[in-house]
Amino acid sequence: MTAPLIRLDRVRKEFGRQVLAVEDMTLEIKSGDFISFLGPSGCGKSTALRMIAGLLPATAGTITIATAQDKAEQDLGFVFQEPTLMPWGTVFDNVWLPLRLAGLSRKAAAERVRAALVEVGLSKFEGAYPRELSGGMKMRVSIARAMVTRPRILLMDEPFAALDEMTRSKLNNDVIRLAAEHGLTVIFVTHSVFEAVYLSNRIVVMAARPGRVVADLSVNAPWPRGEDWRISPEFSTEAARVSQVLKGTLHGDDIDH
Amino acid sequence: MATTSIIDEDGAAPVNTAALVRARRQRILAWVLPIVTLSAAVAFWEFWVWYKAIPHYLIPAPSRIWATLLVDGPSLMQSAWFTVKLTFFSLLLAIIGGVILGALFALSRPVEMSLFPFAVILQVTPIVAIAPLILIYVHNTFAALLICAWLVAFFPILSNTVVGLRSTDHNLRDLFTLYRASPWQRLRYLLAPSALPYFMAALKIAGGLSLIGAVVAEFVAGATGANTGLASRIIESSFRNEIPRMFAALVLVSLLGVAIFLLTALASKLVLGRWHESEIKRET
Repeated sequence: MTAPLIRLDRVRKEFGRQVLAVEDMTLEIKSGDFISFLGPSGCGKSTALRMIAGLLPATAGTITIATAQDKAEQDLGFVFQEPTLMPWGTVFDNVWLPLRLAGLSRKAAAERVRAALVEVGLSKFEGAYPRELSGGMKMRVSIARAMVTRPRILLMDEPFAALDEMTRSKLNNDVIRLAAEHGLTVIFVTHSVFEAVYLSNRIVVMAARPGRVVADLSVNAPWPRGEDWRISPEFSTEAARVSQVLKGTLHGDDIDH
Repeated sequence: MATTSIIDEDGAAPVNTAALVRARRQRILAWVLPIVTLSAAVAFWEFWVWYKAIPHYLIPAPSRIWATLLVDGPSLMQSAWFTVKLTFFSLLLAIIGGVILGALFALSRPVEMSLFPFAVILQVTPIVAIAPLILIYVHNTFAALLICAWLVAFFPILSNTVVGLRSTDHNLRDLFTLYRASPWQRLRYLLAPSALPYFMAALKIAGGLSLIGAVVAEFVAGATGANTGLASRIIESSFRNEIPRMFAALVLVSLLGVAIFLLTALASKLVLGRWHESEIKRET
């Protein structure tokens, strides 16, 4: 087997002296993995993701990413919980941003920006402003922006948590398609068991106080997935199994709803 | 025309004819109504002065103010030009100073903590109280007046620029970090656009304040010197009991204020119209 693409070695994050957000997390992620960080709020899953993205320094431990050295642009795409678009820019401007920051002019970037918009089905909307778009469309702009640098790694921080069920399942399929077509390695943070089981081939279950990994499960299902997987009996079985593991990690005081 | 509508996923927003007609009627009313009410007020003023036979040295009728404007036009215009120059220079300096200092404050907490008290003291001390001192220390009258007007207009630009530069979406900041934006790129593509709505709001306030500052400073300076603005003409006319000319000068001051308001509102619309909530018309 090849060396892991991402390796976390006893990564630890403390906020102040009181809060241990992530406790000694060790993890190896292979190229092409679709991995979900699943857990209740406060389990450190988002914190771990932000550390991998380099947006947050780890208190201790090391994170190694085998990035491509020949690539001028960012090899890592990040999709936030909110669409996080610049309201003053059009859809085109927003998707252009990563390339613009890498020094590409509007003209030089145009072809790739349009290609990214085609992939998320928004080619007709490059001139629209974010306020004119629905929540699901904004999220697709956000995904197009993450994909425009053609990264090998895509990090997603509960990207669809605020969307309705229909839009969410549509976007889930879009992410699967993108990951399969581009051979992406995806880390997907979610608190939804069903989403995790539907999308990923590996689920890292985390618990809170302190934030830690309690289980590392693999999902046995063909890849890439489609709607037939969601309605198959195996899906229910896997979901039940993961739910069971997750339930075991919750203390009484963690269950707040 | 900027209107808010969610574009349907499958195509463009359906064109609603009734809504368009309603929008056009709204636009026409927005012009017609103020003109009608203003004209009615002026007409009533004219009528009341005539009906009650109020002497013009107490309250002049609009027609007499208009006549005074025509007769004294050239000399009043000279004064108006003086006030216009004073107002616009002070506003310009307020923008330059406010934005530069605001950027410094936003960049460095220690700088802000050290200098902010000065800004606040200058802001809360009434300009009429400082103006006499400034007029003593600064010999050039125009420069002294400029300093006074600048002091009044400067603070809103400063404080709004600081708030604007600090109000950037934190996820967008992370995004810029992820893509290794240079400090210049961050300022150009993220901080400046984020601060723009706050700055434009400050500009609307500072535009009016710079005129107020100019007028107040002139009042304190009194009707001295050859180059005087509209406020000095008002004082001068009051000494001579030329009430119609006081009104005529007052009308010009008001017109100047309205022009500044319209200009800043237009600037705000041009800059923010396409994207910011404050300038977007909603369909009702």
